[in-house]
Amino acid sequence: MNKYFYFVALAMVIGFASCNNDDDSNNLDNLKESVVADYATLVFNNYTAAFNDAQTLRTALNAFTSNPSETTLQAAKDAWLASRESYGITEAFRFANGPIDIIGTEEGPEGLLNAWPLDENFIDYVDGSTNAGIINDPTTYPTIDKDLLIMLNGEGGEENVSVGYHAIEFLLWGQDLTDPSDKQAGMRPHTDFVDGGTASNQDRRRAYLNVCADLLIDHLQLLLDQWQEGGAYRTEFLAFNKDEALSGMMTGIATLSKSELAGERTFTAYDNRDQEDEHSCFSDNTHRDLRLNFAGIKNVYLALINGTENNSIHDLVSDQDAALATEVRAALDAAEVSVNATAIPFDFAISDDSTRPNVLAAVTALRALGDKIAEAGTALGIQVDTE
Amino acid sequence: MKNYLSYVLFLTALLFCIQCGKEDFRLEAEEGEEMSGGSGTIFSVSNNAFSFQHPGLDDQQGLFFFTGNSLFNQNWVTAPASTTARDGIGPLFNARSCSGCHFKDGRGRAPLTQGERVHGLLLRLSTGNDFVLGPMPDPNYGGQLQDLSIQGVNTEADFEITYEEIAGQYPDGTPYSLQKPIYKLFNLQEGNITATEISPRVANQVIGMGLLEAIEESTLLSFADENDLDGDGISGKANYVWNVEAQATTIGRFGWKANQPNVRQQVAAAFSGDMGLTSSIFPENNCPPSIDCNEIPHGGDPEVIDVNFDKVVLYTSSLAVPGRRDWEDKDVLRGKLLFERANCGSCHIPKMTTGQHSTFNAFSNQTIRPYTDMLLHDMGEGLADNSPDFLANGREWRTPPLWGIGLFNIVNGHTNYLHDARARNLEEAILWHGGEAEASKQAFMQMTADERENLIKFLNSL
Repeated sequence: MNKYFYFVALAMVIGFASCNNDDDSNNLDNLKESVVADYATLVFNNYTAAFNDAQTLRTALNAFTSNPSETTLQAAKDAWLASRESYGITEAFRFANGPIDIIGTEEGPEGLLNAWPLDENFIDYVDGSTNAGIINDPTTYPTIDKDLLIMLNGEGGEENVSVGYHAIEFLLWGQDLTDPSDKQAGMRPHTDFVDGGTASNQDRRRAYLNVCADLLIDHLQLLLDQWQEGGAYRTEFLAFNKDEALSGMMTGIATLSKSELAGERTFTAYDNRDQEDEHSCFSDNTHRDLRLNFAGIKNVYLALINGTENNSIHDLVSDQDAALATEVRAALDAAEVSVNATAIPFDFAISDDSTRPNVLAAVTALRALGDKIAEAGTALGIQVDTE
Repeated sequence: MKNYLSYVLFLTALLFCIQCGKEDFRLEAEEGEEMSGGSGTIFSVSNNAFSFQHPGLDDQQGLFFFTGNSLFNQNWVTAPASTTARDGIGPLFNARSCSGCHFKDGRGRAPLTQGERVHGLLLRLSTGNDFVLGPMPDPNYGGQLQDLSIQGVNTEADFEITYEEIAGQYPDGTPYSLQKPIYKLFNLQEGNITATEISPRVANQVIGMGLLEAIEESTLLSFADENDLDGDGISGKANYVWNVEAQATTIGRFGWKANQPNVRQQVAAAFSGDMGLTSSIFPENNCPPSIDCNEIPHGGDPEVIDVNFDKVVLYTSSLAVPGRRDWEDKDVLRGKLLFERANCGSCHIPKMTTGQHSTFNAFSNQTIRPYTDMLLHDMGEGLADNSPDFLANGREWRTPPLWGIGLFNIVNGHTNYLHDARARNLEEAILWHGGEAEASKQAFMQMTADERENLIKFLNSL
């Protein structure tokens, strides 16, 4: 009898113990599910804002091309700068195997939206070459339309970018030919778009700008379709194994921080000391790109939707390893401080001896942040890549 | 009763044996076989799959990789220019950037329409070959046809490719068709052409170059069987080529005929031949006889300064190899078995270990799965370019690594294979094999349609 009771008691203890474990792992599973769901909300919100701003940009570009003046050009530039604010933070959704990079087995629209650096003379005239570019070649390209510009994007080299934000940027600002220390962006005159004005093929330049504006909307729409509630990718994403979803999310921000932002966008320009290597080189808006990309990383890590924290990767890390969570948070804060400490504009920051050390410090901090996020992945048992 | 029971047991055991026949026992993936590029393998199925940095680079190398990437991607311009770091292209060239041909660090293709520029296929010209110094250039057109030029200088010539369809049939009656390219030069601007043979070469995917460089020469030589002593019809010989920096003949590793000894010289040759840019290794400008290159502004001496050159070499050496997809899929595993049985692996050697890399430790002592022996093989009359290259004769080609070949469609949007991109898919590529690979091709043709499909699924998983 005693023996029997002992066995029952033991069985109950074991039962409880495993029940407790189940509760713990259930809680963790539930949290993971909420983190993944909140990410989907964040992504859709951010792309919606980018889409809305792109529509405002299209309106301003159409207004400019139908009545080119200094005023309408300035309004178009302002709209472009505003559109970059909402698009810049969405770059934290790249490198996550999401629709921006890949839709099904097809290439996603990133290269059609945000490709850079671009070789200006692929599109239009440049200093010393008045007949360069698609715009000035009506013989080869009689009609400028969506199909043509999509077909030409990337033709003959990765730098031969024909469409996207930076193509629009070049058409609005023109080449930045001044010395970085002048802190002056490109100075294309609005008369480049006026019949009989400056440069030639003004009508084709107007058409080019309008086609680029339409394509921007088309390609952002693709992303909204995928991420809206019931959209193909969102449905698939929410049904993923949660660790797989988290692996994509964390790889995205770790890669953006360590490789794309620290390496490709910042160190390259620093190392080459060349304003041609800056992300938004025509408008001198690269300092915003840098800050907005960083803000996107922070948004994803803390699940910041409209500035409010939600169920986040940070919560998951805190749950598994509180000390490590503190370290990631410190790396995030340090990166924010150093990114904000880089000089404005960016071409000045990378070329002046007094400001260059701050750029390198930002590179180092962003790389450290990428490594910390990968370490957090390890703590969660999730593979996170940073390349 | 007892007899009945043992009968049932025996029958069950027999069924079990049949079920798990000889083949099924081997339908398990080998431990780690998905790690094509060793411990630095990356996993991606995006169009950037060939563009990842090898994760084993140290911090400094990791940063210079990005500068190398920018030099690889960005267009070089005519000198003089405000972009002083990247001027001096030409006077003759095939592309303005490395990425023009190696788009997304991937595989080029033949022009789709006549007159299309910068696709990744170029034509080599030779009037003969010297075993020590290599192919002898055409006196007027040099060793390579350039179809672009700076303003004020004529391009050398245009070329046109026409294709002849060759119909064939599998033993099971399934028909197929192969296309054989025929090249024609026209608009010749530099007078008579002496070169009798044209050798087309398509731009290769750039992944895993440092790993291939780190394979010990002795390992490569262990694959060689130049006189076919083992009698399997497959010889395999190493090319030995002029190494400019060493001022000596050393083993060839890169290029379709293994005519470059290392990544540095491969990069310098591409800067020189394909882009008209001088470097310390090749300081002389490629100058057609009709113009005086001293009259043309150049972009510095050399145009690609050493510090930039080294970063491009770092970049080119350290693009990571993407890992396998679907390596545990049963069809893929069946295809792998068929690949082995058809003896494809005699030249496309699956697995080897690298030695010590002289510059980048990340590539040392890695178990890699490149599916190549890096050696020259007679591939038969159908693929012959009749252009000898150092020790390679006009029928011999280097076994190309197969890693990444299943990703061309995603990265480069095409499925063209072989040295001149004539094969429109993997099946055609196999069917073009001849010479030493004739028996393997015959084995492929004898397979059932399902088996052929599985073999191709396997290749697509690489």
